[in-house]
Amino acid sequence: MRHFVIVGFFVAIFTGVIYLLLSNTGLLPAQASQQAVFVDQLFNLHFGLISFLFSLITVFLVYSFIMFRQKPGEKKFGSFFKSSSQLEIIWTIIPLITVIGVAYIGSQNLAEVRKVDPRAMEVKVTAFQWSWQFEYPQYGITTNTLYLPINQQVLFKLTSKDVIHSFWVPEFRLKQDVLPGANLVKELRITPTLLGDYKVRCAEMCGGAHSAMERPVIVVSQTDFEAWVAKESSANTADPVQRGQKLAEIQCKACHSFDGGPSIGPTWKGVFGHEVVLNDGTTLTADEAYLKESILQPAAKIVKGFQNIMPATYKDNLSDQQVNDLITFIKSLK
Amino acid sequence: MEKNMKQFFSLGLIKGLLYQFAGTAVGIGLVSIIQAIEKKPFNPEPAWVVGGVIGAMAFMWGVGVLRDWWQQVRGHSVPEPDEVEDQPGARRFFGVSYDHKVIGVQYGITSLFLLAMGGTFALIFRTELVQPGLQLLSYIQFNTLVGLHGIVLIVSILLGTAAIGNYTVPLLIGAKDMAFPRLNAFAFWLAVPAAVLLVLSMPLGGFETGWTGYPPLSVRGPMGIQMFFLGVYFAGWSSILGALNLVATIIRERASGMNYFRMPIFVWAALATSMIAMTATQLIGLSFQLVLFERLLGMPFFDPTKGGNPILFQHLFWFYSHPAVYIFVLPGLGIISELLPVFVRKPLFGYRWVAMSSMGIALTGFLVWGHHMFAAGIEEYLRVPFMYTTLLVAIPTGVKFFSWVATIWQGKLTFPTPMLFVLGGVIVFLLGGLSGPPAATVSTDLHLEDTYFIVGHFHDTMFGGYIFPLFAAIYYWFPKMTGRRMSEKLGKLQFWLMTPAFLLMTLSQMRIGLIGMRRRIADYDPTQGLQVGNILITIAGFVIALSVLVFFINLVRSIRKGEPATGNIWESRSPEWQVPSPAPIHNYAEGFNVVGNPYDYGLEGSQYVEIPNKLPVKIPVEFPTRLLKEVGE
Repeated sequence: MRHFVIVGFFVAIFTGVIYLLLSNTGLLPAQASQQAVFVDQLFNLHFGLISFLFSLITVFLVYSFIMFRQKPGEKKFGSFFKSSSQLEIIWTIIPLITVIGVAYIGSQNLAEVRKVDPRAMEVKVTAFQWSWQFEYPQYGITTNTLYLPINQQVLFKLTSKDVIHSFWVPEFRLKQDVLPGANLVKELRITPTLLGDYKVRCAEMCGGAHSAMERPVIVVSQTDFEAWVAKESSANTADPVQRGQKLAEIQCKACHSFDGGPSIGPTWKGVFGHEVVLNDGTTLTADEAYLKESILQPAAKIVKGFQNIMPATYKDNLSDQQVNDLITFIKSLK
Repeated sequence: MEKNMKQFFSLGLIKGLLYQFAGTAVGIGLVSIIQAIEKKPFNPEPAWVVGGVIGAMAFMWGVGVLRDWWQQVRGHSVPEPDEVEDQPGARRFFGVSYDHKVIGVQYGITSLFLLAMGGTFALIFRTELVQPGLQLLSYIQFNTLVGLHGIVLIVSILLGTAAIGNYTVPLLIGAKDMAFPRLNAFAFWLAVPAAVLLVLSMPLGGFETGWTGYPPLSVRGPMGIQMFFLGVYFAGWSSILGALNLVATIIRERASGMNYFRMPIFVWAALATSMIAMTATQLIGLSFQLVLFERLLGMPFFDPTKGGNPILFQHLFWFYSHPAVYIFVLPGLGIISELLPVFVRKPLFGYRWVAMSSMGIALTGFLVWGHHMFAAGIEEYLRVPFMYTTLLVAIPTGVKFFSWVATIWQGKLTFPTPMLFVLGGVIVFLLGGLSGPPAATVSTDLHLEDTYFIVGHFHDTMFGGYIFPLFAAIYYWFPKMTGRRMSEKLGKLQFWLMTPAFLLMTLSQMRIGLIGMRRRIADYDPTQGLQVGNILITIAGFVIALSVLVFFINLVRSIRKGEPATGNIWESRSPEWQVPSPAPIHNYAEGFNVVGNPYDYGLEGSQYVEIPNKLPVKIPVEFPTRLLKEVGE
């Protein structure tokens, strides 16, 4: 019994020490996406389990090496015991429950990581030996540097021109192989949460200069992103209606239809200059001031039949000109 | 001199290699003539593929392993395998022998040769990785070395497990020999042309895919990949036949009284391993054969633009290549369970559970291949069930660990070299086991997949599950083979060089993998903070190489000058130690009777086996001490 007390004591000590080491020595790269937060939570659970099991086995072993060694000149046998069904069942059942638990937590974690934001911005990624190309369909921009706005889910649609590659930004954690073939376009969703310069690195052996298949990934603020988009797309600077439409396609269309169809929020078609019924029963006529208020302070007035769920982030993320472009676009939808 | 030359060229191995060379030339010539008749420009690839196949067959003919079968086909009678006299001295190791112990040594020598070769490949590309940028190698050389390091060591491990199985299983179960001695020789010799083909991939342009050979990359790259495919194909064939033989031997040839739960525990491991090898290896042969056809004949099995699917290949490939991991480690884990009781002087704890856990690992091993493909783009709903099955592997593996701990608990431990390697194996395999679950849960694996973390994880499992137990087995059974024991001093030096170096290497691998070092890269981004880790890995790699060099010196020295050890030097209960060393030809004169349990150390008056006539009929020629000299005699 004394043996078990001593061993138990050391197992506890080592579990704590190893866990602190594993979880505090910066084993993982910067946590730069919303998905990385969940992934790292799961890593932490693993670190805990590893610390405990490693300590459990090695402390028992090392203790035995020291305490149960044959003394010089001694030729004795150890204690004679051969098996215990009770013990065997215990160390089958407890691990079984544990792994099922870990697998369950793992599935939940996977669900969090894969959570779909309907307003995600789409980026088409094309991999080829040995570089990457990124296309922003909403903007008509094609580039080889991946610019991403912060706090906005990005839906990558990945395809390859030749062999299998793998899309991986270590700071975002998740990776997805990129396959050739029009029927094998794969998806990956990432929500960057940390401004900075990263690199997308090909993680699947693709021959030749595989190791050099890296392109910059730059996470910028929403405003900087819009500025970058404006700079990149020279075609759509002239007409405010077109500008507004482009912006609305990315930012608004997920919840507001432009053609009168039903959606999460009220349709934009024919709203300007017409009567609107609010949920407190009052009515008003939609003018520019009302539209602007609804964009920047969505909770101020709620249209009857709709919920108060629109994010209040646009006053930070949209420039004045963008708001005006949106309003001009809404006015054009008669 | 002339006689010596003649003797040399009559060695089976040399003859086989010459035949292989000639056969390859014939194949190349044949295809060239056909191409010339068709008035097509010379295309070397089909020529080399046909040459490779004919060359391998010619080797088998040249080495002489088909001779008896051919005689039987012609209606002549042939002697029983156990009546065939081996060639004298060291010559028997270089030609066809039907003696399982000779074949075991042949497997072992080939395996160690490939081990040294595969390790050397790693040293070369590790040197390249000391600094960012390319200094020593070109991309294609680097990629080829990485792929060859993988496959050469995999073949080395397959042959190594076959070596231990061949040498020990008939001894452990009291059989005269394997169930099919001729098939046994055939299976071994097939591995030799396979190894030649693998190495031939290098001069033929190399290959860039790593050992996994994923299409479409393997369809596009240089032609060396075809030799790689052929080499794996023949090595796989060898593995299947060897496994079949072991299964038949274990089922049919056990001594009287040895029911399944009285077999030495290593035999359970050999059985489990062989059952996997026998049923799974076909899939890697098949998957590579399909790519071979895609390249050669334009059959677009894996080309999505023509209705194929590259993911199909990965399913076929991993359906073998995951269970293959258990082919590699189960024998090693069996050795750990086999040797522990001897050196703790205490029964193996939970014999039945340990035996069943080998079977459990073998079974669950077939259900988990999808975890290699979490990021590959398989259907999303497939990932969760594979996560559950993968984690289930922890249960039988856990049973093994807990049983080992309970075996050691309150024993009387001694620490000769084999025991050190056994314990080193337990701890290293523990690291391998514990680094598994983060790669088994999908979301964490999406970070880890294809990084050095995985490299660290499987080097832990391979070293803990194979390399450490292999050395333990060699130190332990070497006296049985030679009647001499290996130097303890050099053995301990090897252990204390290898273990810390290995831990440094593998922990550094996992560390840089977590930060973002990708697998199989010839160069890395200097801003990623990976250089220190890479330098440590390289240094550790060279220290491991040094320790293996110490081992080889020990091995060669001990064959010639080792301290004589003809008796039961480990005081083991196991039957092979109840007869003198080197083990007699055809093992036990009249078999033995099992009268007790294998591991009842400390049970007064108990015995595992009763050997009716302790004096063997035939004492073997002493193990050749002057190996190279005798070859020419």
